[in-house]
Amino acid sequence: MIGLAHYLTVSTILFVLGVLGIFINRKNIIIILMAVELILLAVNINLVAFSAFLGDLAGQVFAMFVLTVAAGEAAIGLAILVIYFRGRGTIAVDDANQMKG
Amino acid sequence: MMQIIAFYLFATILIASGALTILARNPVHSVLWLILAFFNAAGLMLLLGAEFIAMLLVIVYVGAVAVLFLFVVMMLDIDFAALRSGFVRYLPFGALLAVVLAAEMLFALGSWRAGGVQLAGRIAPVHSASSNIQQVGELLYSRYIFLFEAAGIILLVAMIGAIVLTNRPRGGVRRQNVAAQNARRPKDAVRLVNQPIGQGVEL
Repeated sequence: MIGLAHYLTVSTILFVLGVLGIFINRKNIIIILMAVELILLAVNINLVAFSAFLGDLAGQVFAMFVLTVAAGEAAIGLAILVIYFRGRGTIAVDDANQMKG
Repeated sequence: MMQIIAFYLFATILIASGALTILARNPVHSVLWLILAFFNAAGLMLLLGAEFIAMLLVIVYVGAVAVLFLFVVMMLDIDFAALRSGFVRYLPFGALLAVVLAAEMLFALGSWRAGGVQLAGRIAPVHSASSNIQQVGELLYSRYIFLFEAAGIILLVAMIGAIVLTNRPRGGVRRQNVAAQNARRPKDAVRLVNQPIGQGVEL
């Protein structure tokens, strides 16, 4: 029988994959943004699993708001990426130190 | 039995495509693996009985976010080979950190026992009288109406922000000047001439 722990394990592995993606693709900000999306997806699976197994709908409503924030974050992040690329001609973020005070 | 097979199928493909998202050489492939991961996560949520979130995941993530990523990856002319130069260098440390993090989280998950869960203390208990989407809708438009509107404002701000950030005045574009067009009268533009025969036209 599939229980809560199975879903939590899947979401844990997905979360760790997202963190690993940020670490190993340190230069490519597009992959970093995708890894952030993976992390948010893991969080959503967590919320929905708890919501389903406790019989409480509030978790699903909260997952919807996480989805909203993820969409907004992707839009703003990619817009910043586009203007960064226009100014620099590259998206290597490990030398993004122009705003250093 | 069918549910167990479906769970393991969705979970396996979800984790595999998540891994391929961060490991793929070509970012376009990364985006496509990400789309597969979203579809399988939606399948998992269907198994949990959260149909509304599952469909929302397909519509918002696959339909909007992933396509946005695809647009940006294809629009920008980027040398992706150079961006992967540190990949092998960061891999051992990142893998070590990921293994430690995963082991800790799974250890915490294994040793966690839910205390006395008070089912009477639920905020919005599921009732079987209506479907999932109907119950979520009732909740969204009554108790969480202000949060719902706040989510709408967040999306509006994100939209305006993205437009303001990426908009730039372009040089060398001839725009339509509606006021000048409307102010133009026939006597400014057309000259009627009674042209005598045998003479040239005076311009």
